Amino acid sequence: MRVVLLALLLTAFLPGVALAAVPTLPDVEDEVMCTECGTPLNVSQAPVADEQRRLIQRLIDQGRSKAEIKTVLEAEYGPRVLAVPSQGGFDEAAWLVPVGVGLLGLGGVAYAAGRWRRGRDDGGAPLTHAAPPLDPAATRRLDAELAAYDR
Amino acid sequence: MRRGPVLVIVVLAAALVGLLSYGVAQRGEDRSIATALAAGERSPAPESTQALAVLGGDGETGSVSDYRGKVVVLNVWASWCDPCKDELPLLERTHRRILPRGGTVLGLNVRDVSTSALELVREFGLSFPSLRDRDAEVTRAFGTPKYPETYVLDRSGRVAAHNIGPVTQAWLDAKLRPLLAERA
Repeated sequence: MRVVLLALLLTAFLPGVALAAVPTLPDVEDEVMCTECGTPLNVSQAPVADEQRRLIQRLIDQGRSKAEIKTVLEAEYGPRVLAVPSQGGFDEAAWLVPVGVGLLGLGGVAYAAGRWRRGRDDGGAPLTHAAPPLDPAATRRLDAELAAYDR
Repeated sequence: MRRGPVLVIVVLAAALVGLLSYGVAQRGEDRSIATALAAGERSPAPESTQALAVLGGDGETGSVSDYRGKVVVLNVWASWCDPCKDELPLLERTHRRILPRGGTVLGLNVRDVSTSALELVREFGLSFPSLRDRDAEVTRAFGTPKYPETYVLDRSGRVAAHNIGPVTQAWLDAKLRPLLAERA
């Protein structure tokens, strides 16, 4: 009885597994680029995009997986067809610029936080610029004037 | 405010602007061929030694420079480009006409599915060779803004003429006659 139930359960799941392996056109379209216009394929109406979609659909009809389809696309159109920056050259900036801006921002926040903390460590008193120390002659004159004031 | 952190921020911001400017400048269209032709000069064909797969060649590679010594009608085409298809019969006739005189048509098949391109070759009975410019690297180096586009190279591999859009018999005749008469 248990074997029968197990077999029934497995057959219920198999179609789902099979469906997951074979993608649909929209599944692939939003992960590849129109090689002529540089936009995601799913938003391009260019003739080359139509050709790319025809190829993808032919491969789907052959039962290819998404990874296999992307491999064929890369072989036909080069690495730019994949929706990730290629290796080398100015395209590295697509990774470097956001990271650079992020690090710059973090650095700025850390600097500002450090200054704010130094201000708090002074006992919460507002930051002031310390006056230079008085010379002895000025100190004596000040003391004399204060003493005259007290009289 | 201390100068040190401010200086670091200014330098980093300048570096980012510099990087972005470099990228924009690098991706601008190359109009040096058009400029040279307008001045009555011929510029060397860019990326002419770049190895490209031969269409239908079963792994064989070739380059534009392989055809040095011949007058080359270099035509940028793709199977998904309708105007490109319209001019293929004229290009095939031209190829057969200039072959005995040391000329050739050379196709640059760009951003195309190889099977679709080969179907077109069979459909039109094309006998001229084509190289697959898969990533459009060579096409971009020429500054090709759209398809079809045709360049005529002299026997030294320099760009002697350029046409945007489909070519005509009259244009080909006017450009090829003097170039075919030149010696290598």
